[in-house]
Amino acid sequence: MDRKDRARPPLALTGSRGSRILGTASPGGSGRRAVVVATISTLVFFGLIVLLVVNAAGWPDVKHAFFDRSIFEESFPEIARAFLVNVKIFLIAEVFILVFALFIAVLRGLPGPVFFPIRALATVYTDLFRGIPTILVIYILGFGVTALQLPGVPVSPLFWGAVALVLVYSAYVSEVYRAGIESVHPSQAAAARSLGLTHGQTLRFVVIPQAVRRVIPPLLNDFIGLQKDTALVALLGVVEAFRQSQIDVSATFNYTPYICTAILFIAITIPMARFTDWLIARDKRRQQAGRMA
Amino acid sequence: MTAALEIEALHKSFGNLEVLRGIDLELAEHEVVCLIGASGSGKSTLLRCVNLLEPIDAGRIVLHGAVITAGGIDVNRVRRGIGIVFQSFNLFPHMSVVDNVTLGPRKALGLSTSEAEVRGEELLERFGLADKRDEYPDRLSGGQQQRVAIVRALAMQPALLLLDEVTSALDPELVAEVLEAIRELAAEGMTMLIATHEMSFARDVAHRVCFLDDGLILEEGPPEQIFGAPREPRTQQFLQRIVQAGRL
Repeated sequence: MDRKDRARPPLALTGSRGSRILGTASPGGSGRRAVVVATISTLVFFGLIVLLVVNAAGWPDVKHAFFDRSIFEESFPEIARAFLVNVKIFLIAEVFILVFALFIAVLRGLPGPVFFPIRALATVYTDLFRGIPTILVIYILGFGVTALQLPGVPVSPLFWGAVALVLVYSAYVSEVYRAGIESVHPSQAAAARSLGLTHGQTLRFVVIPQAVRRVIPPLLNDFIGLQKDTALVALLGVVEAFRQSQIDVSATFNYTPYICTAILFIAITIPMARFTDWLIARDKRRQQAGRMA
Repeated sequence: MTAALEIEALHKSFGNLEVLRGIDLELAEHEVVCLIGASGSGKSTLLRCVNLLEPIDAGRIVLHGAVITAGGIDVNRVRRGIGIVFQSFNLFPHMSVVDNVTLGPRKALGLSTSEAEVRGEELLERFGLADKRDEYPDRLSGGQQQRVAIVRALAMQPALLLLDEVTSALDPELVAEVLEAIRELAAEGMTMLIATHEMSFARDVAHRVCFLDDGLILEEGPPEQIFGAPREPRTQQFLQRIVQAGRL
């Protein structure tokens, strides 16, 4: 549930030619031969791993504890229903993160000494929320703010869990936006300002549209992390997929429900990861085409 | 009659580097003035100061009788009246040609999209770019891009046009089409301040040529005098190097 994977360079898997999964970009060997070799080596490799696991001394116990078919079939529908809560959290959170993070990034870029306090505030915000472990933010907001019993303030743990995720991920995403904004060459802003556009208009019509296009891949990468971290909201007592599987595990004394949950998360994060790779590859192709034109 | 542009005792430093060391220059209405001089002599900085893209350290700039370098000046308003074309075009790569050209009129002048497009299309037509209306900048040749940049500046209907070495980034065979466009503007009476390395173009188009050396206007006069009989030894040296390089 940690976000260690955010450091992974998004280009690592991407080859410029051939299939990046089969690694057929190598010159020499024909495409068909490469596919055959890749297939055989994959079968042998995974066959060996399966053999190793299945022949391990504890395999019968593990198989019973984690891969029980009847428990799987029984708990899956329930966990899938609970998973809709995760989906709801990240869909709503993503919208707020996209807007709020951009707002923070723009505040950090305000020019002139007058805006120093606002810039400082935005900087403190990003430092703070990138520095505190997500799990603590969720606890502090979910238990702390609700305990204040302020009139009119929602007490729903689901609400505060989502707010915590928005605050934490906005700090990350605002840095992604800021990197994008700073990657747009200053001459673009100069050209826009020379037309008499204000700082705000320059950002809105010239800088941000170019910046956002460049940061879509790292942005989606953060969203993959967010999708997984929706499970942390369980700590506030929200019954989402992870909490539901915990309930099922304690009811059956069997870990198979965890496998259910893992499969559900993978079912949405992997397509997102492939989509991100595809976007990066497409951008790369476009840039190369642009240079050749 | 008030001058179109008056620059008085203009100083500008970047850190410890004094780039402009007291520039005095006056442009009359419809006058074309070319700034020549080695790279680093301050030509580009001077143009950027006039457009208020660089804050100045001392001196003042007066545009049509109004001081534009005083405090409390609405810089956006001033810039709307001054067009600038950059060496590296600086077109907006995410916008089509027509959007590049109409952005300023739409957002800074508040024209409706259709009004701005009428104005933009007219200018594109005039500069032989009508068929490029919906293209994106990276699909155009350098010469076409620079002409679009000129059109973008003209769409604001500026009273003064600044050109910053607009042909320096172009392949040699594309220079002529851009210079031709500028000649036409000069013929129509556009007031222009042009930083250039194209000496024969400067000789043709300029009413007056200023030789910048180390942040000062060392010598100025009609092109025949500057190119034919330069008085200052530094000017002579500079022009001699240009002749040796086969550029004059």
